[in-house]
Amino acid sequence: MRTFLRDALLKGKATVAAPAPDGVALEEVARALAERARRRLGRSLSIREVDAGSCNGCELEIHALNNPVYDVERFGLKFVASPRHADVLMVTGPVTWNMREALLRTYDATPAPKWVVAVGDCAVDCGVFAGSPAIVGRLADILPVDLHVGGCPPPPIEMVKGLLALMEAPVLPR
Amino acid sequence: MTAPLLLSVWLGGRSAGPDGYVRAAVDAAAWEGLAAGCAAGSHDLSALWADGDRMCMALNDADRGLRAIAALATEQGAYPSVGRHHAPAVRLERAMRDLYGTRPLGLADMRPWLDHGRWPGRGDRPAYAFLPAEGEGLHQIPVGPVHAGIIEPGHFRFTANGETVVRLEERLGYVHKGVESLMAGAPVETAARIVGRISGDSTVAYAWAFARAVEMALGWSVPPRAILLRGVMAELERMAHHIGDVGAICNDASVLAIHAQCAVQREDVLATSAACFGHRLMMDRVVPGGVAADLSAEGIGQVRGLLRRLAETRAEILRVYESMPSLQDRTVTTGIVSAELVRQYAAGGFVGRASGRAFDVRGSFAYAPYDDVALAIRTRTAGDVDARLLVRLDEIEDSVAIVERLLSRLAPGPVRGERPPVAEGEGAALVEAFRGDVFVAVRLGVDGRVAHAHARDASWFQWPLLEAAVEGNIVADFPLCNKSFNCSYSGHDL
Ligand code: SF4
Repeated sequence: MRTFLRDALLKGKATVAAPAPDGVALEEVARALAERARRRLGRSLSIREVDAGSCNGCELEIHALNNPVYDVERFGLKFVASPRHADVLMVTGPVTWNMREALLRTYDATPAPKWVVAVGDCAVDCGVFAGSPAIVGRLADILPVDLHVGGCPPPPIEMVKGLLALMEAPVLPR
Repeated sequence: MTAPLLLSVWLGGRSAGPDGYVRAAVDAAAWEGLAAGCAAGSHDLSALWADGDRMCMALNDADRGLRAIAALATEQGAYPSVGRHHAPAVRLERAMRDLYGTRPLGLADMRPWLDHGRWPGRGDRPAYAFLPAEGEGLHQIPVGPVHAGIIEPGHFRFTANGETVVRLEERLGYVHKGVESLMAGAPVETAARIVGRISGDSTVAYAWAFARAVEMALGWSVPPRAILLRGVMAELERMAHHIGDVGAICNDASVLAIHAQCAVQREDVLATSAACFGHRLMMDRVVPGGVAADLSAEGIGQVRGLLRRLAETRAEILRVYESMPSLQDRTVTTGIVSAELVRQYAAGGFVGRASGRAFDVRGSFAYAPYDDVALAIRTRTAGDVDARLLVRLDEIEDSVAIVERLLSRLAPGPVRGERPPVAEGEGAALVEAFRGDVFVAVRLGVDGRVAHAHARDASWFQWPLLEAAVEGNIVADFPLCNKSFNCSYSGHDL
C-alpha cells in the first residue's frame, strides 16, 4: 500500500488533458438544447447509463471514463445509480425487444429536462445487428436522441468530446 | 434410468476430423446414454444446440483427449431431453426451444428462457413463474434488469431471510440480439464481425474460435506469424479483463486504491492494444485465414514495455491484497462453489480452476500456438471469491510469460492465408477466453456462406453456479460474488 501511495505522489497525475468538444456534436447538441431549459442544469450533468442490448464493448469504454486517466468527474460529469437522479440517459446497444420496456420505464423515471445520448454504432444505427428480428431498431426510433456518439465502441476520448459538447453548447436564442 | 454410455466406448475406433472432433449421428438410445454419461461424470457436456432438423451435442473427455459431436435427427423438433438426465443442459434446451421450437421430451422445466413474450408475432406470455421459496420471515428482493451500475441488464430475484440469501434465481435474455439468425446465410466475413460482437470483452476469443472453425471446415491454412499474433492478442485481452475485474472486486470491498491502480493498468493494456493493433479491444483483428493487423517492430517494443509494467503492478497488487485483512475478510469463504458442482457443470475458466477443476483449453486441448508454450494449469481449491481473484492474478503472471515467449518466436512473414476454393464444410473450435472456454460450431453451405453457426459462452455453465455460490451469504456480499464471476450477459443471451 505504501508503494501505491508513494508512486501516486511521485509519478504525477495519470489524467490526460481535456480534449476540445467535438464540433459536429456541438452543433447537434446546440440544436437540441436550444429548445429546452439549459440554464437549470448549470455546468454539471448526472448520467444514468442504460444497456439496451449492447455487446458490453461500449460499457467497457464507458467504464474507462471513470478511471484516473479520463476522470470525467473533473468536468462535472457524474454517473449516478438511479434515473431519478439523472439529467442524461446514456444508452448503448441496438434496442432489443426484451429491453424495450425497461428502457422506456427508465426514460419515464428520469425527470425533465433530460437528454438522451446514443453511444456506439449499435445505438446509432443498429451496427452489425441491423436486420435482426430480435431488435426493435435504432435508439432514435424509440426515444428522442439529442446526441450521437458513433464508433464500435467509441474510444473514451470521443465520448468525453461529445459530453463536453453537451455541457458547453451555446444556448441558441429561441 | 438410462445407463451411462461412455464417450470412449461410443467412439470406438472412429477418427476425428481436422478440428479434433469426431462427428457421428446417433439414435435416441445412444443420445440418452451419452447424456447419462455426462451426469455420471464420465465426460463433460460442452454444448447443445439445434441445427435444422438435428439436435447436436458436443462432448469433451479431457483426460483421454477426446472430443465429439453427436447429432440426433429430431421428429418434428421432438427429441429426448438431455436436461432430464443432466441439469446443466436445462437452460440450453429451454433456449433452443425458444429459438427453434425444438421439444425436449421429458424436460420438467418448460418455462421459456430467452423468449420474454416480447418478440413480434410470438404473442404474449403469462408472467414468468419464479421458483417458489416459502417460509416464515422470508422476503423477496427483485433487482434489475436495469442495475445501479454500468453493467449489462439481467434480473435477479433474491429470497432472503433477514440479511441471508436463501435463494437467488436469475432471469436472463434481456440482451438477446438474434445472432444465430443473423449469421445464417451471411458471408463468412460478415459472420466473423457478428461473432466478434457476441461478447465485447471476449471479442478476440470469439473471433478466433469462429476463424478456427471456418479454417478447419475449409482446410484454410494460417501463416505461423498470424497464429502467434492471435496468441498475443488473446493474452492482452485476458490480462486487461482480469486486471479490471480484480480492481472491481476490491472496489466492492471499498478498497479504492487497488481499484484505481488496476484501472490505470487496464487502460495501459487497452492503449497499447490500440497502438499495436489499431483497436482498443482488438475487434475484427482476428479474421478467418489469419489476422487483419500486423505487429510492427516498434509495436513489439511497446508490448514488451507493457509486460514489464504489468508484471510489476501484478506483484504489487498481490502484496497489497495479501496485507489487508479487512479486504480478505470480505473475500475469504465468501461465495463458495464446491468442486462437485464445478465438475457437474464443467465450469470453465477461473470459476472452475478456483474450485479445483484443472481445465484450460490452452492446455487441455491445446491449439497452436499454445501447443508450444509450456503452460501449467494452476488451480486453487477454496472455490471462494478469494480463490477466483488469486487465480486471475496467477493467470496474469502466466500470460506475461506466454506473450514473452510468443514474441520471441515471431519471424517475418505473411499474416493471412489465401482462402481455398472449397466452399462446403463443417468445423468446430474451442478457445480459452478470459472467462473460460468459448465453443463455436459452423456449417458452411455450397455457396460458401454460413448455413448455420452456434456459439456457446462459458457463462452458460457459470451463471447457475453463481446462484449456488450466493446461497447462505449476506445480500451485501452479492456484488463481490458477482464480480468474482463476471459472467457475460450478451454472450449468454446471444
Ligand atoms: S457499438 Fe460495437 S461495442 Fe458498442 S455495443 Fe455495439 S457492437 Fe458492441
